[in-house]
Amino acid sequence: MAVEFEALRAGEEQETQGGIRAAAQDGDVRGRPGGNRLLGVLRSPLGWCAATLLLLVLLLAVFAPLLWSGRADAIDTGQILQGSSGRHWLGTDNLGRDIFYRLLVATRLSIALALLATALGVATGLVLGVAPALLGRRGGRMVTAVVNVAVAFPGLLLALFFAVVFGVGAKGAVLAIGFAMAPGFARLTQTLVASLSERDYVHAARVAGVGRVRVLTRHVLPNVSDPLIVNATIGAGGALLAFSGLSFLGLGVQAPSYDWGRLLGEGLNGIYTHPAAALAPGAAVVIAGLAFNLTGEAVAKAVGVPTASWSRALRPTKSPTATPATAVVPVADDAEAPNKQPVLRVEGLRVSFPGPDGPVTAVRGVGFHVGEGEAVGVVGESGSGKSLTALAVSRLVEHPGAVDADRIEFLGTSLLTEPAHGAVNRRLLGTSLAMVFQDPMTSFNPTMRIGRQLSETAEQHLGSSRPEALSRAVERLRQVRISAAERRAAQYPHELSGGMRQRAMIALALMGRPRLIVADEPTTALDVTVQRQVLRLLDRIRAGDGVALLLISHDINVVAQTCDRVLVMYAGRIVEELPSDRLLTTAQHPYTRALIAAVPHMETELDRPLTVIPGRPVTPDRIPAGCAFAARCPFAQDRCRTDDPRLEMVEPGHRVACWYPQTDAEHGAAFIGERGELTAEDAELTAVDAEFIAVGAEPAAEEAGPTAEEPEPLVEEGEQP
Amino acid sequence: MNARTADQLLTGPGPGSGPGTEQSHALPGLVSGLLENPWARFAARRLTRLALSVWVLVTAAFAMIHLIPGDPVRAALGMNASQQVVQQRREMLGLNDSLPTQYWRFLRNLAGGDLGTSVTSGLPVSQVIGDRLPSTAALAVASFLLAVVVSVPLGTVMAVLTRGGRHHGGELVFTSTSVLVATIPEFLLAVGLVWVFGVQLGWFPVAGRGGPSSYVLPVLSLAAGPAAVLARIVRIEMASVLNADYIRTARAKRLPPRRIYLRHALPNAVTASLTIGGLLLSSLVAGTVLVENVFAWPGLGSTIVQSILSKDYPVVQGVVLVYGTGVLLVNVAVDVALALLDPRSAIRES
Repeated sequence: MAVEFEALRAGEEQETQGGIRAAAQDGDVRGRPGGNRLLGVLRSPLGWCAATLLLLVLLLAVFAPLLWSGRADAIDTGQILQGSSGRHWLGTDNLGRDIFYRLLVATRLSIALALLATALGVATGLVLGVAPALLGRRGGRMVTAVVNVAVAFPGLLLALFFAVVFGVGAKGAVLAIGFAMAPGFARLTQTLVASLSERDYVHAARVAGVGRVRVLTRHVLPNVSDPLIVNATIGAGGALLAFSGLSFLGLGVQAPSYDWGRLLGEGLNGIYTHPAAALAPGAAVVIAGLAFNLTGEAVAKAVGVPTASWSRALRPTKSPTATPATAVVPVADDAEAPNKQPVLRVEGLRVSFPGPDGPVTAVRGVGFHVGEGEAVGVVGESGSGKSLTALAVSRLVEHPGAVDADRIEFLGTSLLTEPAHGAVNRRLLGTSLAMVFQDPMTSFNPTMRIGRQLSETAEQHLGSSRPEALSRAVERLRQVRISAAERRAAQYPHELSGGMRQRAMIALALMGRPRLIVADEPTTALDVTVQRQVLRLLDRIRAGDGVALLLISHDINVVAQTCDRVLVMYAGRIVEELPSDRLLTTAQHPYTRALIAAVPHMETELDRPLTVIPGRPVTPDRIPAGCAFAARCPFAQDRCRTDDPRLEMVEPGHRVACWYPQTDAEHGAAFIGERGELTAEDAELTAVDAEFIAVGAEPAAEEAGPTAEEPEPLVEEGEQP
Repeated sequence: MNARTADQLLTGPGPGSGPGTEQSHALPGLVSGLLENPWARFAARRLTRLALSVWVLVTAAFAMIHLIPGDPVRAALGMNASQQVVQQRREMLGLNDSLPTQYWRFLRNLAGGDLGTSVTSGLPVSQVIGDRLPSTAALAVASFLLAVVVSVPLGTVMAVLTRGGRHHGGELVFTSTSVLVATIPEFLLAVGLVWVFGVQLGWFPVAGRGGPSSYVLPVLSLAAGPAAVLARIVRIEMASVLNADYIRTARAKRLPPRRIYLRHALPNAVTASLTIGGLLLSSLVAGTVLVENVFAWPGLGSTIVQSILSKDYPVVQGVVLVYGTGVLLVNVAVDVALALLDPRSAIRES
């Protein structure tokens, strides 16, 4: 049973313990669980019920023997083994004693023995648990090994073992259950102490010459006491159940004493004639056990979640729902007729999530199009809604997120009229729209072979057989320049290097017949050298197969070097759209200019702090009135703080949402400063070949080369003949 | 673990040393080949741990009788037994020899399958265990299978239904029901089931081992708690897996939902659930002790309780060894299953 409870704890760890641990990270000696947090326990209905129940059980344990001992022990030979009646609610036992009163009186012994066993178990566990921290390496390892072996055995088995050693009876059972609980608590203490020992303040104490014992008592134990107390409460419930088990077996409390387990054992024989004698003690055990368990769980939840509610701190200055959908009319940009048929056309895209104070709109009316074979980049700071935009157009936003749009058309088919997971959408999107995700480590399924993860797409959507699909997968892996593709296909994701995984991710995107690849930060998790290979690969695919690309990145360099057109997003809106070759010369939105200025450059003076955009990006739940960037904008006027600028065309192919677009190069100096002249050079470079825009990045890449984490991609650099 | 350490583990120390560098010169080819094979190293590590645990178990079983305060034989026979009888019994149990001699004899006999002789019945302990083990094993295996068969689909379905905060009410009902069921100890549940289905409805026999119908109540009472715990854990694991990036990748491949849940999510959720499932299985093995006593099931559980009460130490020793070995084997089986399901865990240092 002890193990069962352990298992339960382990399973709930994410829900309760995780919270405790997070709370424990706050710092060194924190306030003890004071009145506030205990009141928090009572605030939830479950915690309230459990605490009341526990209080009742404890009161009964204290007062029942004082009040009803006489009635419980009164022998009445005229009333032997009676069923329940008005006089004896639960009937009588084989000496005519009233079972109801015996049940009430037995509360004390049952609870007391359980608490005693728990105290013994926690104390022993604590000693064993902190021993590794005190004994040094050798002794500590031995204690840990013993605990590890002991913890593998179920508590009941340990209890039976100790019952043999300590003999049958209440004392033996307390010792048996106490020692049986100890390994679990030792393991818990060890884990908690070990995690704390890595903390900075404990290191600091050690460096300061504080002795082991003092570090333990002063810095470690106060911080692990909360989880221990919570687990001891739950453990007491387990001990109660275990004790009733032992007594039921006849190994615990011996006659003439009695606890619930013993009453149950005595009542079981007569279950045919008067079941109440067996069922009532059982119910008592369950209720008392639940009272301990649930109180412990409630305390765990209350302690884990700080009472200061973050939800109240985040009141939006303006209700997001009040943002009229028509505030930004997404310009379909008919004047600048795209030279090719658009693959993707989006208008009025909004994505919202339920927040503590009503829905929070993270994408607020975004409209754009991607032409055939065109590469469109989306840049912005984190939280600007760029990744959500990508997920929304690919119909991958999950509940509770809600996507709403005036129009999402992919290859001329409206994705809005079809159900998101309907067969039509699945087929169309599965073959023609491919995604490349940010982190190639977590984006592959760790339990499936790479080849299988690729091939299932072809099997699903192209109707290929398994071997056909697999050979297509190998062929695609080869196409993205993965050496020994066949061997790699048979490997699991963790056996590949980061760069190789990202290329495999791109190979996955090529498994269908993609017309559009949506790449969400495809290079962010990679070092500079690998980043360049991946971008070049994407470029080659686009050029070779005429696949359109929607590239999401926070890195304006990456977007500028890869894309034909750039969409700059801020606070869930597109604030500027322009061809990327004009990005450095004619960008007009102050935010775009700030982004460009923030990129470190070869000529950036090293003794100066890097340029940053002042202020913080707005969060979707507190979008201000007027222009969202106004608070951080050096050119903002009063109008910017009240009126929301629309995305207006300033010249063909160039749209800006700003009341005071910066057309003057000198004005831009406010951000761009001394780099002004260099940008022109950069732009030229971009125009000549979209290889690598930032002059500064090139040497950086070479510098990073030898120290690159993974040697693999260097070896594999087959692109450079 | 990141990819780099994994690669290092696979290819040996340092990224530079592929297969067949310095190591192979120092060691015979076969040994170095084995050392480089993560599965061989996993097996070696796991078997070492098993051997160590078995040794601890065997020693504990041996030490048990010596840890009993006072004279265990006197305690067993009572104060009225004559000194001569006590001496005879001590001689029979070999308690008069020195400890090392006794320990050595215990190990030697154990290796030969000789667990001693029952003091009360005079039967060889191995025979008693042989008679009783099958019915206990049948009970435990049937209960575990039932628990898994019920909990994995239940937890999966609940995770899918409640993912991303959907059906909040359903989640609450499921969680509180499973907490309640999991809290009720198996022997109390057994009593309740006996009363409802045995006494009130008369559908199933209340005691003894006979046809399939006699299995219903014991198996139900043993399986209910573990099933509730496991279902809850599967739901939690599944819910966190459904938030994983690779599930988003699977959705981006536009696979049918069933394939996403069963092929992509479930194996990952099961690997985590299995560790706890193994713990449950071993506690289920121990739970048979109580349930057998409720149902008068002729298994090891009722045997050990009777032996403890009658101080029949050789039998207790034997049964403790059997239960302990069972638990250790279950743990090994879980680790092997984990390694097969999740290839990373095989090379993960424990």
